[in-house]
Amino acid sequence: MSTKPTPRVRVPAKAAAGEMIEIKTLISHEMESGQRKDAKGETIPRKIINKFSASFNGKPVFSADWHPAISANPYQSFFFKATESGEFTFTWKDDDGSEYTAKNKLTVG
Amino acid sequence: MDFQQAGLSRRNALKAGAFAAVASLLGAKLAFADEKTVANELKKLYGDKAFAAGKIKLDVPEIAENGLVVPINIEVESPMTDADYVKAVHVYADGNPLPGIVSYSFTPACGKASAATRMRLAQTQNIVCVAEMSNGALHMAKANVKVTIGGCGG
Repeated sequence: MSTKPTPRVRVPAKAAAGEMIEIKTLISHEMESGQRKDAKGETIPRKIINKFSASFNGKPVFSADWHPAISANPYQSFFFKATESGEFTFTWKDDDGSEYTAKNKLTVG
Repeated sequence: MDFQQAGLSRRNALKAGAFAAVASLLGAKLAFADEKTVANELKKLYGDKAFAAGKIKLDVPEIAENGLVVPINIEVESPMTDADYVKAVHVYADGNPLPGIVSYSFTPACGKASAATRMRLAQTQNIVCVAEMSNGALHMAKANVKVTIGGCGG
């Protein structure tokens, strides 16, 4: 029915020390709200990504708890102050227990 | 837009999705959240504490043409140092079936307490945004969004 959610992340590859960078993420997901009814009038069960989190070199940076009011193919952007080189890990947690991850390297200097 | 049409194919269903959702909401007369529901949610989190104005820049369109995808950008004024930063931001809508939209948790590593996403709004309503600072201070901002399409007749 649905395709496997594919995350897309935009992080600058390089940043100067102390520079504020914006991170933009997008993941394909229908974010079924649990409010809709199908043709038979039965409620379509809720299936959303309920948590997005970002960490840098293993340390948590930012997280978002999404409710059913978040649009399909959820977009999330936030900021990060670059201090050292390292790697971001982005995690999306689905209602069904699956996790989708993306990793991006950042070089500072 | 009716249910049969939405049920024809997944692609159609996805496209027509929230139109149908909104239509079904009308049909079923499901309860919507209201100001009280939002106040209750806030009470659960912060008890009877008062919210100060200011510090929050809540950027939402005055008029949303499509209630399915409404951009929201939040920025909270803060130095974002280890001693003074924005801990959490919660966003609610008082006219959706469920009041919650999103809850953010920030860390000083963010450098800037700002985040943007896209939300679904069932009808014209108020967006309530509260921010919790690391020192326990609470701030609140409200904005009204007029939803023209995808809403309940706007």
